[in-house]
Amino acid sequence: MVKKISSLADLELIAKEYGERMSAYEHQILVCAGAGCISCGCGAVRDTVRSTLSELGLDNKAIVKETGCMGTCAVGPVMLLLPERIFYVGLTPENIPSLLKAHFVDGKVVEERTFFDPIQKKYIPGMDDIPFYKEQVRIVLRNCGIVEYGQIESYIADGGGYRAAHKALTSMTPGEVVGEVKASGLRGRGGGGFPTGQKWEAGLNAAGDRKYLVCNADEGDPGAFMDRSVIEGDPHNVIEGMIIGGYAIGATRGFVYIRAEYPIAVERLSAAIAEARDYGLLGDNLFGTDFSFDLEIRIGAGAFVCGEETALMASIEGQRGEPRQKPPFPFQAGLFGKPTIINNVETYANIPSIIDGGAAKFASIGTEKAKGTKVFALAGNIITSGIVEVPIGTKMEDIIYKIGGGILNGKKFKAAQVGGPSGGCITSDNVDVPMDYETLIARSAMMGSGGLIVMDEDTCMVDTARFFLDFVQDESCGKCTACRLGTKRMLEILQRITRGKGRMDDLDTLMELAETVRDSAMCGLGQTSPNPVLSTLRFFREEYEAHVIDKKCPAGVCVHLLSYSINPEKCKGCSACARACPVEAIVGELKKPYVIDRTICVKCGNCMTVCKFGAIVKE
Amino acid sequence: MSETRQECRFCAGGCGEQAKYAELDTVIESYKDREGCLIMVLHAAQEIFGYLPIELQTYIADKLMIPLSEVYGVVSFYSFFSMKECGKHTLRVCLGTACYVRGGMRLIEHIKEKLNVEVGGTTADKTFTFEVARCIGACGLAPAIMIDDEVYKHVTPKYLDEILAGY
Repeated sequence: MVKKISSLADLELIAKEYGERMSAYEHQILVCAGAGCISCGCGAVRDTVRSTLSELGLDNKAIVKETGCMGTCAVGPVMLLLPERIFYVGLTPENIPSLLKAHFVDGKVVEERTFFDPIQKKYIPGMDDIPFYKEQVRIVLRNCGIVEYGQIESYIADGGGYRAAHKALTSMTPGEVVGEVKASGLRGRGGGGFPTGQKWEAGLNAAGDRKYLVCNADEGDPGAFMDRSVIEGDPHNVIEGMIIGGYAIGATRGFVYIRAEYPIAVERLSAAIAEARDYGLLGDNLFGTDFSFDLEIRIGAGAFVCGEETALMASIEGQRGEPRQKPPFPFQAGLFGKPTIINNVETYANIPSIIDGGAAKFASIGTEKAKGTKVFALAGNIITSGIVEVPIGTKMEDIIYKIGGGILNGKKFKAAQVGGPSGGCITSDNVDVPMDYETLIARSAMMGSGGLIVMDEDTCMVDTARFFLDFVQDESCGKCTACRLGTKRMLEILQRITRGKGRMDDLDTLMELAETVRDSAMCGLGQTSPNPVLSTLRFFREEYEAHVIDKKCPAGVCVHLLSYSINPEKCKGCSACARACPVEAIVGELKKPYVIDRTICVKCGNCMTVCKFGAIVKE
Repeated sequence: MSETRQECRFCAGGCGEQAKYAELDTVIESYKDREGCLIMVLHAAQEIFGYLPIELQTYIADKLMIPLSEVYGVVSFYSFFSMKECGKHTLRVCLGTACYVRGGMRLIEHIKEKLNVEVGGTTADKTFTFEVARCIGACGLAPAIMIDDEVYKHVTPKYLDEILAGY
């Protein structure tokens, strides 16, 4: 049984004791255990690090800590060595023994296992010199990759944790907390961008014997994994944010709604909640005050629509996750009919820093209308995919090129999808715009929850729109006609176009349907579902026309519109393609140009992959 | 409220069904006073039984004292819940054109014979649910199969035996 924390002195004592325990070691080895690194086998890496250390007799000199996501998912598993802050990437159980021996015994930095910067084309051993990190400003992720996610002492010591909750509960009134959050200019990070302070004020003023606080961790957009990284890497930060939120609005119970697809997040957050309860940071009379607050996790069951707040509440209540009309808004009648405030994971993760460092400090970052930072999940055709946090208003080109290292395989940038299936695409003409709520909406995109999928010149925008529509159609809950049938008809048209059966009037119908669904669907998900269509139609209409009129897919993606042939001038007659063809569609004589029989060809692209002379033509 | 089911529907005992219901009862008991716990109970029930047949839904409805229609409505709404019994692993043989011509059908026949299971069915030991996939985009690796998220390339009946032995 641990001692309950009831004062600042208790927190300081834990921090001091933890600090002393750590300072007994000369080195700390932080091994990333974010979801990306886990799927690359970081567990085996961590075990090998431990066993190698004992083989080298370094058990007493170095300690291994497991942290959350460090961000550079593309080069995982990764580890950071302290105090020298050398960052090693691409680790395997095989390369660990020689690496640790060289580093600790021979005192040499193993350069070829450090981060390779694709822009400067050189290895950069020091984490702080790597542009990927240098260009970021970390508030939400300030502890990710630094504290041990499974150790509350680490959060209290290394992350300065629970000081903000202590400050709010013991020296501020709920009204003052709301005032501070309002002054910070924080806006909801789940997509809508509604001012958090204003929402909390409504919660505080709502009359009711019982109020609820809810954390939306149902991160369903394909290509988004920010909230997951925050919960898995720094769960106590979210818990602390919720304690402060509960105090501010007068709620004694909170729910965290996590999607079932994130079992690691559920496991780590459950453990953190239990830990916080043991230490008296959740439960009755926190910090000796008369404020009590506790949290419960509710797990989703694979419905995208539950990310919408009214559907989410229905799901917490154990019902079908169908949205309902607003008003009444959740702050009026939410969960179980009681006043409820719902915020996203990232929003809560900002709160401890705002209370701790003050609203003015937070408001000094960002733009005039949107303060602070935004976490983006960089994915797609980008070199350093991963999790990044930048001040709101950072230019997209800086995120893609300075932080992300540019486009994979030397290809050209075509567009970036921002905001998942509810968002839109930003084209190369707009890549210098600042990423903030209003600017993105003016460009037919939206900040959304922060998924940023980079697409290169080989991406077909019609096919991309079809992909997202396929997703929302599949996930439409079916309650309102506009979304249920509108998305279905739109998907049918897009399928027709990508199969070369499109008609010119399809484009007008598509536009009309998109506008109707946008204006008449009941919930946010339905209303934003046509966005990928609207934005690709606006910026890439010529690509749609190429599919419809010329029956060609300029990017060479839509299989039905492709044909393969062999350029007789380049073909050396080596027969590699004929041997690789699964359907024997390629015939010819050795040392003479081969030909493809298009009536047999299944367009699998094998021939193109194996041809060493670039003789296969796809058009 | 109904009694705990005493015996299995299919056998005289020994299949562990009774123990499963006892385990479910413990879960229901721990959630009973918490409002809106149906989804959490269904998660636990699916974890214990592997799927949610209508008999189980009836049992849960009785225990929680809510209409069966409400339980069924929730189970059918969420994609995570299954009313069909599934194996521990999903085995998919690709029958895209490339895999088809490179011997995908041979693999299907081999699996049917070796595991004594039809397409869409689950093996008697509940290890595999057997499905056919449309193209999985691994034409260059044909014929390919997938077990859960893992793709195996250039699969022959002999190699298939080795792969299956690993599960």
